[in-house]
Parts: sequence; structure tokens; C-alpha cells
Amino acid sequence: MATQHEMELIDSAARAQQAMDEGLSGEKMLINMGPQHPSTHGVLRVVLELDGEEVVNVWPDIGYLHRGDEKIAENMTYTQFIPYTDRLDYIAPLANNVTYAYAVEKLLGMDVPPRCKYIRVICAELARISSHLLGIGAFGMDVGAMTIFLYTFREREKIYDMAECISGARFTTSYTRIGGLSRDMPPAFVPMLRAFLKEFPATIDEVDKLLTRNRIFCERARGIGVLPKEIAIDLGVTGPCLRGSGVDWDIRKSHPYSSYEDFEFDVPTGTLGDSYDRYLVRMEEMRQSVRILQQAIDHLPDGPVNSPDAKILLPDKEAVLTKMEELIHHFINVTEGVNAPPGEIYFSAENPKGELGFYIVSRGGGTPHRLKIRAPSFVNLQALPVMAKGHMMSDMVTILASIDFVMGECDR
Amino acid sequence: MTPQAAIDRLRVRFGDAISAPVEFRGEITITVSRDKIAAACQLLKTECGFDMLTDLSGVDNYGEDPRYEVSYLLYSLADRCHLRLKVRVSEDDLIVDSVTGVWQTANWHEREAFDMFGIRFRGHPNLKRIIMWEGYPHHPLRKDFPLAGIPAELPETAVDADTVRAAPMLGGPFVASSGTRSAIRREPRQYDTIAEQQDKLSNPTKKESV
Repeated sequence: MATQHEMELIDSAARAQQAMDEGLSGEKMLINMGPQHPSTHGVLRVVLELDGEEVVNVWPDIGYLHRGDEKIAENMTYTQFIPYTDRLDYIAPLANNVTYAYAVEKLLGMDVPPRCKYIRVICAELARISSHLLGIGAFGMDVGAMTIFLYTFREREKIYDMAECISGARFTTSYTRIGGLSRDMPPAFVPMLRAFLKEFPATIDEVDKLLTRNRIFCERARGIGVLPKEIAIDLGVTGPCLRGSGVDWDIRKSHPYSSYEDFEFDVPTGTLGDSYDRYLVRMEEMRQSVRILQQAIDHLPDGPVNSPDAKILLPDKEAVLTKMEELIHHFINVTEGVNAPPGEIYFSAENPKGELGFYIVSRGGGTPHRLKIRAPSFVNLQALPVMAKGHMMSDMVTILASIDFVMGECDR
Repeated sequence: MTPQAAIDRLRVRFGDAISAPVEFRGEITITVSRDKIAAACQLLKTECGFDMLTDLSGVDNYGEDPRYEVSYLLYSLADRCHLRLKVRVSEDDLIVDSVTGVWQTANWHEREAFDMFGIRFRGHPNLKRIIMWEGYPHHPLRKDFPLAGIPAELPETAVDADTVRAAPMLGGPFVASSGTRSAIRREPRQYDTIAEQQDKLSNPTKKESV
């Protein structure tokens, strides 16, 4: 025989209202994200203050990958520092090599041959594609789209193969020299690059189809981590993060270096400055890089790649072994380095992450008195609290991925 | 506004506090006296359109007086030009007015200059070390700091030998003993094939007879 029990239902809405009326607010919680969290893409530590799931305060803590590159630079010749530039933004080592070479050449007041400039453009644009592929792939994976990462890494593999072909190393390229390149591009490189340019736009379209109108991706990225234009400028943010906020500023256009004035390309900008805009800017920049690469390979000038000045670049090995003057230049170049005039310069270039600048103070001689690296990731990360405050804890992952930083250059 | 026009305006306002411009490779540098730097930056930002602080860097001119300098690189997005300001600071009174009130981006740059050179910034909202850890006793980019470094104590960590306890074994250890057989030979499916091979090795004549 069934018995009936009276049950009192809890009115949760009324309880919540009562809590609100009494002014109850949750206890704040401090959470430590990183330095070994997978979404911090390296060794960034972020201390979060949470109210429930909402981020109230953010304190980025950097320095876990500090290797003292600036101190090391003061103790070696300009040429010896080139391998250290590989390890700044290690996603795009070729672009760092190019920027550093131009900085020292600016200090020396010299110019490089047109073929060298074009090859450096090719290097910088390949590095840009490589970096954006990782940025977008990791962004997709962080918000749950695993496939994108595999697609973009398939293409990055081809870029690594090309880097190996051109410089001899896949990762730590050290391709440029002060006044030129370590070697001319090998004949096999041109068909490799042409094949890549033919295949690659299809991959961008694939990623575009998978992500750009993907409901889940849009929900996670749109309106998240908004960085208003004025604040972005005030914070010194550069690169895709600045352009995502709608500022039409690209060093390749505003201060053309490395013969960028010869190339036709557009600079994409966003409107809102949210994570989705930064993603869109990176997607379009890859398409524009393909355009630049196509023009560079079609109009590649002939001629030498190295400046003829034997006081700056190492002379030919054969000449060193047979002629006195070249032997002296070789000896001085290797032991003392290039003799730079006293003075101070700042050179910056549009790297994949933003404006990478080298501020070199020279007192004359072969080593810098002070070499300051203005790293885009260092400056862009400072915008993290502005972007993250008021969002959910899970949006931190989106925001970090959309800044696309590399701790190697942030901590130096 | 061009850098030259901006310098003219600065000199009208601050007079001798602004040095004559020095040009090297197309870059213009002026030296500003220490007490006027924040005001000069404010004027350059609000009246001359230098809306971005691209870089801020400390420099150690060891053996000179004043020993340190702080170098500010300003950029105007509208006019697309740079201007470098410099402030010289002596070792005895190593403090400069902060420009965080002018550009927010100066916050981390100034913390870095403090961390690396020990230059303090008056009015900085959070002047702590940024790259080295809190409590580190030296300033590594000073010229009298050796390249090889100076040993220093690492900060206390949340987890150390005293707080770590071994995980309970619950009847273990369930570890295969190593060193007796190779990994291939430990594989159960390999038992038969290995036995066969051993058989062949020990009786080479048997194979012929088969």
C-alpha cells in the first residue's frame, strides 16, 4: 500500500533573491595559472583573482625564460649575436635574423644588394606564415578545435623544410650575416617555394571553412578580450593585436625596409578589437604574405647577395688563402668584429608578433655598449589585464591565444 | 608635428632644460634635464602628437658621471616619426620621474629598467622586479655585474623536500624488475619466437636435418 509523503520544494529563485538583498557576495579566490599551464604557450604565469567564475584581476608574471640575452650581447661581436636572435621569437627565427641584420647595418650606415633584400623579404614572410599558422592552430586547439592544429602543422612542416633548404637548419636558422646572407638561396629552393605557394592557399581556405563561421569558435572568440583602439595605442601594443583594434599601422607600409615598397599588399584591420578580430587579421595577413612571396619570387633580382665590403663580411675563402689583404680582413673580422662607429640607433621591423626593435648604443669597435631588444610579446602581454577583466575564467585561454606571444622574446 | 617643430616647442616651454638635438642615421635625440622629463613627455604627447612610447631603456655608462641614462623612444602614429629623449641620472640619486601617467606602456618598461639597472621611478604604481625574482639582490645589466653572474639564493618555493611525501604504495611496488631480460624478451608474445630462435642457435645441426 502506497503512502503519500508531503514534500516541501525549495524555492531557489527566492533564496537567490534573499541572498542578493542581504548583500552577500562570494569570497574572492586567487588562482595560479601557469607557468606550466598548456594554454600559456610556454612559461607565462598568470595570477588570477576570481569572483566565482568571473576574472576580477589579472597579474601576469614573466621572467621564467630569462637568459640574459642583452647582457650576453654586450660581450660578443655583432656577428656572434646572430644565433641568439634565433632564440627570441623561436616560432619565426628567420624574421628575427632579418631584423637584427638590418639594425646592425643601419648602425654601420651600409646598404645590401637588391637580391639580398628580396631574399630577406622571402624569409620574413615565410616566418610570418609559420608564426600565424602556429598562432591560429594553437588558438583553435585551445578553444577545442583539435583538427586545425594538425592542418596548420602540416603546412609548417613544409616551411621548416624550406628553412632547411635555404639555411641548412630547420629551427635555429641564423641565416643572415651583417651585410648579407650566410649563402645565396640554393637552386632547389625556388621550385619548393613555388609548390608551397600553389598548395598553401587551399589550406588557408580549409582552416577558414573550419573556423571562421564555426558556431563554437565564434561563440568563444567574439566579444572576448576587447582591446579598444585608444588603450591599445596607449599600451604600445603592435602587430596583429594593434591592427585587430582597428589601427592601420604596419611598419612594412609606414617605414618600408628591405624593399617592401616594391610589393603590393594590403594591411588588414579589425573593427572591434576582440579575439575574433585578431584571428581574422592573422588569417588575412597569411593571404597577403602569399601575395608578397609570389611577387618576390617572380621578380627576384640577379646579382650578388653580399655587400662587397670585405671589412664587414668575411671575404672568399680562396682569396683568404692566397691574398694578404683578404687574410688580414678575415682575421680582424673574426677576432675583433666589424668596426662600428660610435652612435645609437633604433631599428624596428614588422615581425609576426608585432614590432621587434633593436636599440643599439655603440661606443665604436666590434661589440655593442648596450643592446636593448624591444620585444613585441613583452609589450603586448601588458595588455592582458585590460583584455581579461570581467570575462570568465575559461575565456582567459581564448585571450592568451589571441595575443599570440612567445616567452622566448618576452623574457629574453 | 615634425621632430624639429616639437623640439622648438619644447625649448620655448622648458628653455635650457632641453639640449640641442643630435642627429645620427636620421634619428634625432635630445637630452632633457631630469626634473622636466615627465612634463616634457606630457607636452609631447598632448600637443605634438607623440601618442606612442615605443621603447624605454636604461643604459649604464660605467666610469662616467652621471653614470646612468634612461632613453625614451617616442613615436607619432599620425606623422610617422620617432623622437628620442634621454635623461642622465647620477649614481648617488638614482631616481627619475615616472612617465606611467603619460603612457600606460611605460609601466613594464620602467619595471624592467629598475630590475636591470636599479633606476627607481618616482610615482610608479607598482615598482617591483619584473624579470628577476622578488628579493634578488643585484641588477644584472650594470656594467660592474659579471657576465658569469653572482650566486644568489633562490626564492622559497611552495613545494620542497619537507612538504613532499611519497605516494602510498598500496601493496606495491608493481614494477617490473629490470636488467634481467630485454624489453623484447619480456613481451609475452615473443616467448615462442625466442624459444624457437634459441633452439636453432643451440642445435644448428637440427635445422639441416629438417
